[in-house]
Amino acid sequence: MRAARVIALWVATTACGCSGNQSALAPSGAPALHIEHLIIGIVALCAVIWLAVMVVLAGALWRKPQEDDAEIRQRRLTVVVTAAVAATAILIAGMTVASFYTTRSIGLPERASITITVRAQQWWWQVFYASSGQTSGFQTANEIHTPVGQDVHVRLESADVIHSFWIPSLAGKQDLVPGRSNSLLLRAEKPGVYRGQCAEFCGLQHSHMAVMVIAEAPADYARWIASQSADAIPTTGADVAAGRAAFLAKPCAACHTIRGTAANGTTGPDLTHVGSRQTIAAGLVETTRGSMAAWIADPQTLKPGNNMPMVPLTSIELQDISAYMESLK
Amino acid sequence: MIRSKDDGLRDTALSDKELNRALASTWSAQPGLWGALSTVDHKVIGRRYIATAFVFLALGGVLSLLMRLQLSQPEARFIGPDRYNQIFTMHGSNMMFLFAVPVMQAMAVYLVPLMVGTRNIAFPRLNAFSYWIYVAGGLLLWTAFIVDTGPDVGWFAYVPLSGPQYGVGKRADIWAQMITFTEVSALAIAVEIVVTVFKQRGPGMSLDRIPLFVWSMLVTSFLIILAMPAIMIASTSLILDRLVGTHFFNPAEGGDVLLWQHLFWFFGHPEVYIIFLPAVGMVSTIVATFTRRPVFGYLAMVMALVATGVLAFGLWVHHMFVAGLPRLGESFFTASSMAIAVPAGLQIFCWLATIWAGKPIFKTPFLFVIGFIVIFVIGGLTGVMVASVPFDTQVHDTYFVVAHFHYVLVGGAVFPLLGAIYYWFPKLTGKMMSETLGRWVFGLIFVGFNLTFFPMHILGLQGMPRRIYTYQPEMPWAGLNMFISLSAIVLAAGFLLFFVDAIRSARSGAVASANPWGASTLEWATASPPQPYNFARPPVVGSREPLWAEATALPVAAGLRVDRRELLITGVVEGIPEARESSVGNSIWPLWAALATTLTLVWSIFSPWAVVWGSIPVAVSLIGWFWPKGVLEDES
Repeated sequence: MRAARVIALWVATTACGCSGNQSALAPSGAPALHIEHLIIGIVALCAVIWLAVMVVLAGALWRKPQEDDAEIRQRRLTVVVTAAVAATAILIAGMTVASFYTTRSIGLPERASITITVRAQQWWWQVFYASSGQTSGFQTANEIHTPVGQDVHVRLESADVIHSFWIPSLAGKQDLVPGRSNSLLLRAEKPGVYRGQCAEFCGLQHSHMAVMVIAEAPADYARWIASQSADAIPTTGADVAAGRAAFLAKPCAACHTIRGTAANGTTGPDLTHVGSRQTIAAGLVETTRGSMAAWIADPQTLKPGNNMPMVPLTSIELQDISAYMESLK
Repeated sequence: MIRSKDDGLRDTALSDKELNRALASTWSAQPGLWGALSTVDHKVIGRRYIATAFVFLALGGVLSLLMRLQLSQPEARFIGPDRYNQIFTMHGSNMMFLFAVPVMQAMAVYLVPLMVGTRNIAFPRLNAFSYWIYVAGGLLLWTAFIVDTGPDVGWFAYVPLSGPQYGVGKRADIWAQMITFTEVSALAIAVEIVVTVFKQRGPGMSLDRIPLFVWSMLVTSFLIILAMPAIMIASTSLILDRLVGTHFFNPAEGGDVLLWQHLFWFFGHPEVYIIFLPAVGMVSTIVATFTRRPVFGYLAMVMALVATGVLAFGLWVHHMFVAGLPRLGESFFTASSMAIAVPAGLQIFCWLATIWAGKPIFKTPFLFVIGFIVIFVIGGLTGVMVASVPFDTQVHDTYFVVAHFHYVLVGGAVFPLLGAIYYWFPKLTGKMMSETLGRWVFGLIFVGFNLTFFPMHILGLQGMPRRIYTYQPEMPWAGLNMFISLSAIVLAAGFLLFFVDAIRSARSGAVASANPWGASTLEWATASPPQPYNFARPPVVGSREPLWAEATALPVAAGLRVDRRELLITGVVEGIPEARESSVGNSIWPLWAALATTLTLVWSIFSPWAVVWGSIPVAVSLIGWFWPKGVLEDES
């Protein structure tokens, strides 16, 4: 029984939704695949160059000095050194050209049919989906859904300091610079959860600023878009209703928006469908009622220095609000 | 050349013994504390500079161990984010601005006048001023850190994080003002070195007979003179944004945050070569001495130094490949960044050719050179990798880059520097360092370094960004991080042993002869350590390796006065004597000027009026500094 609990706990922690792929060496998107080929090629070539230099160094160190003619030796060394410099120039030129071709094969993000805007803030990611056809535009946070096999243009902006958007398994990184708008091409080749995190130092909680890209089949993606663009689902159950009332009565609503309610603050993440996201607090913890309660009760212990204040709540209120948050699928 | 009025006592009129006595009384510092504070002897100041820089190295090393403690486990709570951000900012700023650049310049302050055969550096009082300003900048930074107001914005202090809106308190101001201190001191030395090399070389030391270390310091000094103004503009603009509300970097008011990055890296990339080129000179010197032959391809080596110096100014954008600049521009900077591998490769090949042709003697300085080649080639090759834009988009700002620049800076500069300390220690102190301990130091540092930094390449590719104070348990980084933290202990043990060896040897090491390694350059033509006047008679140089060419006795020049500080001024190209020039005597005024400048700069962190009121004590101290006293030195 005890062993079963331990195993269950182990499964729960390792199967945590926040542990998506985050490695340049495990690419699943076209740009990352192109770059991986370049990385492997250049690293292999450089390893060979390094080994060659080491062999020459070892030879030079342990060679028995020969009493050969100084002038001939000098001439020979001149030829060898000149040849080595020429080889360096050729290899460098080759790597430069390979690098240009990789950039070209990645292509331009502006040609993609889907555009998502990511606006980084200390220390979370605000994500905007524009309205299209029958669905209205909406906002979400720290979680980006994309259709598998389609180019996605991510527009990158910052609300405060410089951040950097990096999903290593899908593409290289790109900075989000205040006063500018940058672009990045994302394309996932197979469904999955791809984790990334801020790569430009941005202050106290730079370490806890993760973002998930969830790539799914086009039909699933369309369903997700439809559900996200709808207002928050109506409350069911007494505790959830009480939680909703508490949320609106407390300072929560001053910072957060829940579409379909009076809560329309814009400082913090939009919570309309927070319960549907895999993690909260920018990839910090998995979304459960318990983690919601822990976060709301004391955000400064879990993520010291972040901009969410501790709102004094009774334990009943805390439970109700957590239940309400979890219900916002 | 010789003025008719000039009837002072000349060295030609004296026997060797009388000459030494007369020169000693002319050139010595006053005894006691006052003498220590007012000396302008480049050797005393150089030694102080080196010792101080190594103190900062030790302090920076302690910071890195604190970081390794915090990162050894996921979500560790040894150090909170606020303190951690201060620690990594301090580590970088301290190592770059208070250790690496100053220690290289300090080696030059000590060695260049000796290697070119002159009696003191050009502008000796400026040299003293430079040291005091440097110490003041270091004290400012570390005092701030100790009272928990250390800068916390990274060593390149990107705006807007370091700007008035997000960098609250005085932390970023202290960082920016520390820059002012260290840049003033660095610029001062750069000017001294350029003038010393151009105008004070021994007679006969034409351009093609200048030792490679001196060439490297000459190129480095030009890099400093051209690069440092950019960072001073940047840091001053930042202070203005923060203190008086200008908007250089505020996009809401028409400023631009990328302007900071351009200004910073226009300095920041040459900075790497400011640290690396002196090391090239050190390696060349050590290779020549321990293979018993001149470095292969002298002209090629000099051209490589100059080419690196020129190219260094055309690469800065490779630090900004993910900032969203136009692609065409990025392509240009890929090509230029790759191109610098050519002169770097040329230097490596020339050293290998020298070793190949010679018979290496495996003393500790040479071991560090071998370690340098092994490690630096890796750092250079990872440099080629990050020069590629697409490659860089995956590794920029990750632990891969942390590994890369430690391979370049520790492998490329600290290894040669440690070799150089073992090599020149007898000249600096008159004592030999321990050969046995030296081998242990090398072994521990070499193994510890590679075990610590090589795995960081892998962590970076696995997605670990730099500058994070912790990481979540579900990331696959914990094992390697623990391994790195344990390896860092080995590395730290190596450095600790180095300090033990240096302190012990300085006190009770074996007494060194004038030329214990049988080296070829002029610093070994005088006693270890040299007399205050360096050379009783200025050596005349007839070849590139004067001490190897003149096996028995070096030819010397005569005719200098001994009743005042006098040295020879020679032509830039051929080293033909042009004039006798007086060299200033000891003075306390550089210290007062440094204190007045420090007061002004520190005060200006808090109020712009400091610039107005602080200029009064600065002016007073400068008037005192330059006041003509009617002594012999003032005549010329």
